[in-house]
Amino acid sequence: MTTNVSLIEKKQESLTFECETGNYHTFCPISCVAWLYQKIEDSFFLVVGTKTCGYFLQNALGVMIFAEPRYAMAELEEGDISAQLNDSKELKRLCLQIKQDRNPSVIVWIGTCTTEIIKMDLEGMAPRLEAEIGIPIVVARANGLDYAFTQGEDTVLAAMSHRCPEINTQIEFDKKIPKKVTPNIESVTEKALAFASEKIGLKSLNLKKKNSHLKGSSGTEQEYLLRQEGLGVEKTKSHPPLVLFGSLPATVATQLNMELKRQGITVSGWLPSQRYTELPSVGEGVYVCGVNPFLSRTATTLMRRRKCKLIGAPFPIGPDGTRAWIEKICSVFEYEAKGLEKREASIWNGLEDYLELIRGKSVFFMGDNLLEVSLARFLIRCGMIVYEIGIPYMDKRFQAAELALLQKTCHDMNVPIPRIVEKPDNYNQIQRIRELQPDLAITGMAHANPLEARGISTKWSVEFTFAQIHGFTNARDILELVTRPLRRNQSLEGLGWTKLVKSAF
Amino acid sequence: MKLAYWMYAGPAHIGTLRVASSFKNVHAIMHAPLGDDYFNVMRSMLERERDFTPVTASIVDRHVLARGSQEKVVENITRKDKEERPDLILLTPTCTSSILQEDLQNFVNRAALESKSDVILADVNHYRVNELQAADRTLEQVVRYYIEKAKKQNNLEIIKTEKPSANIIGIFTLGFHNQHDCREIKRLFNDLGIDINEVIPEGGSVVNLKKLPKAWFNFIPYREVGLMAGKYLEKEFQMPCITTTPMGLVETAASIQEIFQALKTIDPLAEEKFHVKNKKSIEEYIDQQARFISQAAWFSRSIDCQNFTGKKAVVFGDATHAASMTKILSREMGLRVSCAGTYCKHDADWFREQVQGFCDEVLITDDHTLVGDMIARVEPAAIFGTQMERHIGKRLDIPCGVISAPVHIQNFPLGFRPFLGYEGTNQIADLVYNSFTLGMEDHLLEIFGGHDTKEVITKSLSTDSGLTWTPDGLAELNRIPGFVRGKVKRNTEKFARENSMNQINVEVMFAAKESVGA
Repeated sequence: MTTNVSLIEKKQESLTFECETGNYHTFCPISCVAWLYQKIEDSFFLVVGTKTCGYFLQNALGVMIFAEPRYAMAELEEGDISAQLNDSKELKRLCLQIKQDRNPSVIVWIGTCTTEIIKMDLEGMAPRLEAEIGIPIVVARANGLDYAFTQGEDTVLAAMSHRCPEINTQIEFDKKIPKKVTPNIESVTEKALAFASEKIGLKSLNLKKKNSHLKGSSGTEQEYLLRQEGLGVEKTKSHPPLVLFGSLPATVATQLNMELKRQGITVSGWLPSQRYTELPSVGEGVYVCGVNPFLSRTATTLMRRRKCKLIGAPFPIGPDGTRAWIEKICSVFEYEAKGLEKREASIWNGLEDYLELIRGKSVFFMGDNLLEVSLARFLIRCGMIVYEIGIPYMDKRFQAAELALLQKTCHDMNVPIPRIVEKPDNYNQIQRIRELQPDLAITGMAHANPLEARGISTKWSVEFTFAQIHGFTNARDILELVTRPLRRNQSLEGLGWTKLVKSAF
Repeated sequence: MKLAYWMYAGPAHIGTLRVASSFKNVHAIMHAPLGDDYFNVMRSMLERERDFTPVTASIVDRHVLARGSQEKVVENITRKDKEERPDLILLTPTCTSSILQEDLQNFVNRAALESKSDVILADVNHYRVNELQAADRTLEQVVRYYIEKAKKQNNLEIIKTEKPSANIIGIFTLGFHNQHDCREIKRLFNDLGIDINEVIPEGGSVVNLKKLPKAWFNFIPYREVGLMAGKYLEKEFQMPCITTTPMGLVETAASIQEIFQALKTIDPLAEEKFHVKNKKSIEEYIDQQARFISQAAWFSRSIDCQNFTGKKAVVFGDATHAASMTKILSREMGLRVSCAGTYCKHDADWFREQVQGFCDEVLITDDHTLVGDMIARVEPAAIFGTQMERHIGKRLDIPCGVISAPVHIQNFPLGFRPFLGYEGTNQIADLVYNSFTLGMEDHLLEIFGGHDTKEVITKSLSTDSGLTWTPDGLAELNRIPGFVRGKVKRNTEKFARENSMNQINVEVMFAAKESVGA
């Protein structure tokens, strides 16, 4: 118990980041095809790799493989490795076969470790083949050399963001504004302010011009004027286009759309959309906001390459996160968020039966899917004590708002800030778990059964990736997952068989 | 390049890892990128292992690509040596390290100097061999290493045990019903008055490998893994190597007879000296078991089994199980095996020879679409195959019994389910019978138009709800997975009624979810 206390006391009052050896268990990022092929209905994912990749997909995705999946392996053989075969010709042959069998609207090539090592020029080959076979080919390098698990989705969405149509009206719209009017301000909120002033500037500019010029954008201008004069039609109140990025089940996307609609904000599109042919338009002046913490490359690409403006917000996981997420978007558009406090409170009320179970209990995140910070922040708000947040990779800029909320939450709940361990070392973590004896370890399947056998309750972390956890509506689903081992143990309590290994742990 | 959706045998390193983690106190270190340690998940989930799988990765990342592994692999080996003190550390190459072509042997040599554990590099080429071949090779490699080490240290135990004894070689983690088979073989040997010397690799210790030559003979239950080690020991110590798989009544008898032939070469009076159970002769024992202890012979004779006569079946799996199953079905149950096949392409000749005369055609392939096409063409009454064939059967509405890896978690049963020995024959009879009756029941139901001729009109108990679903609500409802849709619908309607709403749209649905939390 003494070590227990000392380890807790060691924790700091401000955020600190540790980095271990990176010897941890996670899924290979190619696993993203599992949910992305289902999300993007007219796609086909071709994983260019070896038997190892194929074996992983086949085993990790279980029964899905038998439902005529829209993904396959381009399995590299010895001739491909030693360059006796021509990569381009081989890929063309396979892609033509896919075109004939499935006729998808897009083929996504997933580059793997092997294509990296043999330096197969997928990006170079894709445009040529695309022209030859007439199907768009998107290249994403989702390999285990560079990325972990959910980051696979990030690489695919980053690649796909190049394929989003350019928003034309916006270009014309922007062309009319003299460049100097766009001030180079860092803060997003200030950028929004700048945007608003641009609009006003534009209005006056346009009014001075001939009326014929107004025809193109007269609708929005009139709405704008109405709003200015306080005659606002709430629902059609104009704001710059907002595109959300991150792959979510259609139901959850609808829920988040509706949350924003309640605030008068219209979501003009999602990356990815339900179909490749419906990718949202992006471009200068479009605001984008992420829904998942692992999408930093996509965010960077949208900002740098597509000139979008990023709204940095906490992620809509848990009622606290969802509220903060909506408030941040509202604030950027200078809307006053309405009724959120009440709504958040009512959601918390509905969770009370679950909260009773977990209040005061401790949790240890071993780290494997990058959702850890958001989940930890939510669980701390629920009254849990988080000992450690293991995480594969921490983008402090993209997660800045989430980290700030974590810090604030710890302060509000009067608990020490947990240590955040990047690239954790599973062996060391197991030693720490042994010392701390947390009430719950959130971990991968490789460690779950052995930990359970040693009397440590575990929740399999991958479930958080596949379950619906976003928005107000799904807060209960997160707790359903978190409390499941605790509820199960309640029903087994009294049987006396908690430790089921002979060795001392 | 090959367009592939599914594979029967895994990549080479899986075979090596299965050998390593089957032994006690052996640790495998994979030279692999992040995410390639999926083996740990499989072992922990499928086998429901209580212990941490003794496999770690020496991660290959960008830095390794740029500068080579350098100290990393050596450090990982010596670290593991200190942390867990294994007897043996097995450095396992993967497809990635195959193409990096780093001198892993050099790392092993350097690490061996510093560590107390033995260190060896698994000698497998990812692009030439599959999981089963790699497992076979690695097992032979480990056995050879420890035999040679013992020779050098002069502590090899070559004096035969007093009573006849056997090594069982090839019982594995993640093997198809291997644990149960092992128990059944031990029981059989106990009946026969044969002691068990060593069982490898499952539960075995590498330190004890020097005792292998003490046994009178080696017993290799499965062709896929263990044969190389068996042949090595045969060559080195002239130990007889029994490779007849005791699966089915006829083959079990053949296997027992082969064992006693081998014992006689060592001690001509073996049979008389060491009585089988109840002091019977071998022939008597086999006859007793077949006629009265096992139910399979009687089952074949019973009128139930008559109905199977001439029914078409297809068999597919690894060489051992597919060949044995083909022979059981056609020889012991009177079925007609239209096609027998295996994905063990490297063992095709042996397979053909085994099933000759027991089936109409032979299919050697590792492409599941060819197997699927064959099944669709043959239209058998039942399939006996792997999980893949089970799914093909589902699609074609043909029942399937699973007889071979690759398998899912349901094929790691907790109860005692051997496929080998006399209890194995009972299990196989059940499996075959259950597959067919299900098929026939289905067929009869179809003929007589289902279980009940009355159509079920409504699934809900209340007659009129007075609620209307808007199109968007209905669309959202249809997105909910079938198995919970009814519950969600009921809860939503209840919520709507309580709040006196009579139109249900998406918003009401979500509000209902939030309020009841269902």
